[in-house]
Amino acid sequence: MNFPGIKRLMQGGFFMLAAAAVATAQSKEAEPSAKEPLIEQRLIHISEELRCLVCQNESLASSRAELANDLREEVRLLIRQDKSDDAIKAYLVERYGDFVLYRPEVKPLTWLLWFGPFALLLCGVVGMALYVRQRQAVQKLAQPLSEKERDQVRALLKNGESP
Amino acid sequence: MIVEIGHFALILATCVALLQAVLPLAGTMLDRPRWQALAKPTALLQFALIVLAYAVLTHGAVTDDFSIKYIAGHSNSLLPLPFKVAAVWGGHEGSLLLWVLMLSGWTVAVALFSKTLPLAMVARVIGVLGWVSAGFLTFTLITSSPFERLIPAPADGRDLNPLLQDPGLIIHPPMLYMGYVGFSVAFAFAIAALLSGRMDAAWARWSRPWTIVAWMFMTTGIALGSWWAYYELGWGGWWFWDPVENASLLPWLFGTALIHALMVTDKRGGFKAWSILLAIGAFSLSLLGTFLVRSGVLTSVHSFASDPKRGVFILIFLALVVGISLTLFAWRAPKATLGGKMGLVSRESMLLANSVLLVVATAAVLLGTVYPLIVDALNLGKLSVGAPYFNAVFVPLMVPVVFLMVPGGVAHWREARWAELAHAMRWPALAAVLVGLGVLFFSGRGTWLTAMGMALATWVVAGLLHQIVMRMQKPGRIAPSFWGMHLAHLGIAVVVVGITLVKGYEVERDVRMGVGDTVQIENYSFELMGVSEVNGPNYKALRGEVLVNKDEKLLEVLYPEKRRYFSSNMPMTEAAIDSGFFRDLYVSLGEPIEGERPQWSVRVYYKPFVSWLWYGSILMVLGGLLAVSDRRYRKSPAALAA
Amino acid sequence: MKKFLIPLGLFLVLVGFLAVGLTRNPQEIPSPLVGKPAPAFALATLDRSAPPFGPQDMRGQVWMLNVWATWCVACREEHPLLVAFSKVNQLPIVGLSYKEIQSQDMPSGSKLSPEDKLQRARERSAQWLQRYGNPYAATVFDLDGRVGIDYGVYGVPETYVIDQKGVIRYKRVGVITQELLDAQILPLVKKLNAL
Repeated sequence: MNFPGIKRLMQGGFFMLAAAAVATAQSKEAEPSAKEPLIEQRLIHISEELRCLVCQNESLASSRAELANDLREEVRLLIRQDKSDDAIKAYLVERYGDFVLYRPEVKPLTWLLWFGPFALLLCGVVGMALYVRQRQAVQKLAQPLSEKERDQVRALLKNGESP
Repeated sequence: MIVEIGHFALILATCVALLQAVLPLAGTMLDRPRWQALAKPTALLQFALIVLAYAVLTHGAVTDDFSIKYIAGHSNSLLPLPFKVAAVWGGHEGSLLLWVLMLSGWTVAVALFSKTLPLAMVARVIGVLGWVSAGFLTFTLITSSPFERLIPAPADGRDLNPLLQDPGLIIHPPMLYMGYVGFSVAFAFAIAALLSGRMDAAWARWSRPWTIVAWMFMTTGIALGSWWAYYELGWGGWWFWDPVENASLLPWLFGTALIHALMVTDKRGGFKAWSILLAIGAFSLSLLGTFLVRSGVLTSVHSFASDPKRGVFILIFLALVVGISLTLFAWRAPKATLGGKMGLVSRESMLLANSVLLVVATAAVLLGTVYPLIVDALNLGKLSVGAPYFNAVFVPLMVPVVFLMVPGGVAHWREARWAELAHAMRWPALAAVLVGLGVLFFSGRGTWLTAMGMALATWVVAGLLHQIVMRMQKPGRIAPSFWGMHLAHLGIAVVVVGITLVKGYEVERDVRMGVGDTVQIENYSFELMGVSEVNGPNYKALRGEVLVNKDEKLLEVLYPEKRRYFSSNMPMTEAAIDSGFFRDLYVSLGEPIEGERPQWSVRVYYKPFVSWLWYGSILMVLGGLLAVSDRRYRKSPAALAA
Repeated sequence: MKKFLIPLGLFLVLVGFLAVGLTRNPQEIPSPLVGKPAPAFALATLDRSAPPFGPQDMRGQVWMLNVWATWCVACREEHPLLVAFSKVNQLPIVGLSYKEIQSQDMPSGSKLSPEDKLQRARERSAQWLQRYGNPYAATVFDLDGRVGIDYGVYGVPETYVIDQKGVIRYKRVGVITQELLDAQILPLVKKLNAL
């Protein structure tokens, strides 16, 4: 007889029984985890673009780390104070540096990052156009001879032996 | 004793790999057919030895041999058997052994399926693969041997990371590695073409099937990884632009460009140098990915335990392989001749645009991934580049790629006329515009992004259906590659629908639930019946019982869990998912909440069409399979010449 | 044909950056607060009878702020060094007890009042300091971590050096080692004192 197992089973069963009893007494629509849904919506929107500083690579919105909880609470406070999204981000950057932003600010340091791909695309398009033109130029040289040019060649070949 | 046999087999394999690397290539340079003929036997011998080494390590895992340091670090006596087998690739050293095993396997496949190739070509290809293999084996033996002993052996192992104790682990890494390693074949063919000086259509024709198969595995690996993250991590996300995810996307993007460029080189002799460059690039990105994931230069949820010493070794290997390849390219490629006539509007130019766009998209993802490193290396501070950047840059670049699928299929080779093209695409255009407007004005929350996504997908699907209908009206047998192309493109359209609709219409409810409480989303209601404690083989869990009703009628009972594994104190969420063709219902159990009555934090998601992401990937892979099955790849050279 | 060398060139640039990247630690975040005034606060101290304490009380001298907690294992590692350091040098060290009372300390189904939390924190810290030595001229309690956020704290232990005018001059994330003291902190303190 597996005593620890039976004990666990009984504990589990008792728990569920108690739960069922409570359920019949107080069943209702679940409350949102957040006390203020409007603030929470703004929080999610802002914190999705912020980094959890103690995680390996998670956003502030999804991390369950202690510091992440604290920082989310801090952001809620700032939202209640009617601070704008930019002001809240600036508040955190002041304390933790650029590292905390998942969307890098557009400044000279990040111009290459933000504009590089599109500059590269432009180069690609230009390169493509040049390449196509090059291919067409080669083709022109390889055009078959016109009738007149053919006669000229025949005349040359007949009259001269020079290679 | 057995362990030492495995170790010795690996050492022998390295020696054989060096022979495989040196002799056949020397044979082509010194015109010694006997040395060239050594390519196949050395490849087979190397494979046999590596299989032996791998079998030894697996045996150690299955028999709980904790005197092997790697097994002690990644396995545990309580671990269920399938996970013990999978634990062999759950950590850095073992996964390298898997890499090397697969590389050797691909080499043997090339050796066996190359009867129609000239001996010198086979010798070169297998020789190049030998160099790559020798490099990886040396790296493994010197810095990351899985056969290191732990004396005295501990009583039990540290256990496999709980996040990995899941069927997804059994299949995702092997598929992914098959893809990464598979691109080495196209790479070897490209190098062989450069070495021989013959960069004509032949190398492209030979590489195409290999490249498509590698691409199929890569697609499978990436899709599995995404699916695994979706159901394992507990909050319904399926792509995070994490550096390790990006590391797998980069070779995939290049591989896709390569498949399309090879078409041109094969059929029209154009883009010779460009295809070679793409082939070198795809495998280089595989190697770069290996470096990024194992060296510790980037922070990621996925990275293996990092060791800068390993990082140095991999970087040197990467620098040598890619550096030598690109030097060879700069030297030999200029001699490649230009292809035939190519109009500004033609199938070739569409495929060229495809290449350009995919290369720029790859560059964008690469730039975003390494930018923090660049800024740090220049002592300009530390910054993060996350999902907001990648979404903003990647999506606009990929839209034209998907758009071009239709004109690319319709346009003739050499020369196409605008008017003809426009006329051929009028029905898809109309369908796309109608769907876009419909979404924008008639669906409840339709944003212009959702409308554009659906319009794009409609454009592709209508386009390919139209082309199929037109083609079937013509006489003649339709080649499997025709079906393959359209099936793969259909797969992409399906993925686009999935992404567009899930992002546009998903609903998340983050609530606190006591027993008997309900949550309502659309016409589904979720009621928490209770939470109990359960025991697993190597964990304890809280299991919730959630009754799901649709339109007031019972649909299903879901059991989300929150597990605590004995080996680590990390709590793990096992979400409960009711997966359907048109929507997923996703329930995730959180922590208990203090209060007067027992409550738990629960997250409930309604995710429309999310399964289409995986269905689309399957279609893409099937499309690749059809394309590869085309008989022209199996004909003898005599029949091809006829 | 120089354009064929472009891929090689770009690759070598990338390798260069990756090589340098191997020498860096991507987890280390430099603080943007260095060179800025130390954020003000007024927190309760270990001494029940003393008034709330803050950085304004340290004006006129160079001082060190050490963020710690009794639950922090790494803090125990650097603590003997701090104790020895406090005995030898004239540099006062202020201890900032960061979130001493954690969520697991509070039995579920009940809530501790702020006074109770402070009481418990004082008791635990006093016990800990008695056992391991007390290098602090003053110990203040940041129970909810808000002062920590103002100072950009993301992991204990962290240490700051603040000058006579109240400007943060140095921040260290992680344990203080002898090498750091000798090579960076002491020379900095000497330089600041000379001003």
